[in-house]
Amino acid sequence: MSYYDVLVIGAGPAGLAAAHAACAGGVKVGIVDDNPLAGGQIWRGGPDQQTDPRAQSLWNTLRDAPNVTFLPQTRVLYSPEPGQLRVQTAAASDTLRFGHLILATGARELLLPFPGWTLPGVTGAGGLQALAKGGYPLRGKRVVVAGSGPLLLAVAATLKLKGAHIVAIIEQAATPAMARFAAGLLATPSKIAQALRLAAQLKDVPYLRDSYVRAAHGDGTLQSVLVQRGKGRGLETLQCDYLACGYGLIPNVELAQALGCATASGGAGTATVVEADHWQQTSVPGIYCAGEGTGVGGVDLALVEGRIAGLSATGQIVPTHADFGQRARWRKFAAGLARAFALRPELATLAGDDTIVCRCEDVCHGELRTHTTWRCAKLQTRCGMGPCQGRICGGATEVLYGWRPDAVRMPISPARIDTIIA
Amino acid sequence: MFEFAAHTFANNRANGDKGDSLTLSINARAITVAPGVSVAAAIAMAGSIVTRRSVGGAARAPLCGMGVCQECRVTIDGRPHQLSCQTLCADGMHVQTGALERAA
Ligand SMILES: Cc1cc2nc3c(=O)[nH]c(=O)nc-3n(C[C@H](O)[C@H](O)[C@H](O)COP(=O)(O)OP(=O)(O)OC[C@H]3O[C@@H](n4cnc5c(N)ncnc54)[C@H](O)[C@@H]3O)c2cc1C
Ligand code: FES
Repeated sequence: MSYYDVLVIGAGPAGLAAAHAACAGGVKVGIVDDNPLAGGQIWRGGPDQQTDPRAQSLWNTLRDAPNVTFLPQTRVLYSPEPGQLRVQTAAASDTLRFGHLILATGARELLLPFPGWTLPGVTGAGGLQALAKGGYPLRGKRVVVAGSGPLLLAVAATLKLKGAHIVAIIEQAATPAMARFAAGLLATPSKIAQALRLAAQLKDVPYLRDSYVRAAHGDGTLQSVLVQRGKGRGLETLQCDYLACGYGLIPNVELAQALGCATASGGAGTATVVEADHWQQTSVPGIYCAGEGTGVGGVDLALVEGRIAGLSATGQIVPTHADFGQRARWRKFAAGLARAFALRPELATLAGDDTIVCRCEDVCHGELRTHTTWRCAKLQTRCGMGPCQGRICGGATEVLYGWRPDAVRMPISPARIDTIIA
Repeated sequence: MFEFAAHTFANNRANGDKGDSLTLSINARAITVAPGVSVAAAIAMAGSIVTRRSVGGAARAPLCGMGVCQECRVTIDGRPHQLSCQTLCADGMHVQTGALERAA
């Protein structure tokens, strides 16, 4: 059992920025991540491998700091008592003690069911990007990138770089919303540069707005997708080897909830986020939250929130007006993004009665749609009771049926018996 | 009592310093990959992306790529339910997928 003055969960931009700020205070800092390498989603493959100079600079400082320990491939499962976290690696388990805790657990993709979405070859959009960064062989493969949001462009660019042929990018949002979003970019010039760079990389790739995937077909593995083009333009079949389909991001709030931190949501269609005050502190004293967990906002917001959390947790009261100003600016950007890419109602009507919604337990739409709450569906169908513990179907059932998960089950991820009884 | 496999920054590059290739077996078939390649990727390189069978026996493959969906679970060195998307290949590793299992 080891002790850290500040324990950071998540080694993405938010967690690294938090650890960086905290370690300057001279205290003992631990960084935990379930991946083999640091970097989180955007810097997957290691911060030292990125072209973003912020990644390298954070990592170099952390690597050289004598007071920082990195615990890779370590997953946090639950808190046996206040001030402690139970963690598990592939081979062992342990309890970590902490003075202050910074949660920087990021976000996951919203994946929605449609006929054929369980076929091998159908992945999340960021999902295929993540797999590609881990060496997934895509050279010469035909990939349709679909769903919603600016992540689709980043994904397509990465996959193209890995040698994939991008058949098309399919964006569910309609043109007017996209135009409003583009105009909003004027307030954040660095995002314009990024958008132009992506546009140049993807100039020969068809970008179909106001369109969405209705179904995936294939005999054993994926062979084609059926695309609904904007109103009145009918259906189109695209041949492909992979469909990378994601509908935006949902914050990972389960660990925060398990620790008793209050969460909030702006109502139907908006994500549940961890509540954090001006200093990024949650409703539980000594526990901070930074990055996508407090609301999806991208790398720039994650970095500044992480920095503020790290400084606050170590009592270095120098988060400056500049930090707070930046945070406000990026939050506004994120809100504009969420409005521009709001999901169209048709997406909730694609699943047929025999379409699987809960992939862990093979529970179909026909079995679920007659239930009225998540709890009732769980008890009667086992939906959400499998190994992913509702991480995938929970987002889907919220969009399809308006259900919200009621409580977090412990441990928050599958655990070995020896982890729990040791 | 408990030993953590990789604990320090020095180990972070996992297999990075061990040379430019490593060999593992996927369903008893040998495959050579570059360091830093995930087990999920090695499975795909070996010819089939299928990692497991669903409760009803259907073939499934990685979905989220980030340790959430659990669709990429395989048996690694005899240890079941390992997430192949979050495990790097290591020299001499034995990976068993559910690809060959029959529908229930
Ligand atoms: C699949 C995917 C791909 C993305 N790709 C891009 C991109 O190309 N470009 C872009 O601008 N944005 C991308 N994003 C958006 C991205 O989330 C943000 O830009 C940024 O990475 C957020 O930083 P963060 O530190 O808040 O979270 P993350 O970078 O998500 O880091 C959180 C880390 O915490 C770890 N973690 C979570 N729970 C636990 C636990 N219980 N135990 C241990 N570790 C845990 C996660 O594995 C992860 O490494 C992507 C998002 C997703 C989901
Ligand atoms: S692909 Fe989802 S957990 Fe590995």
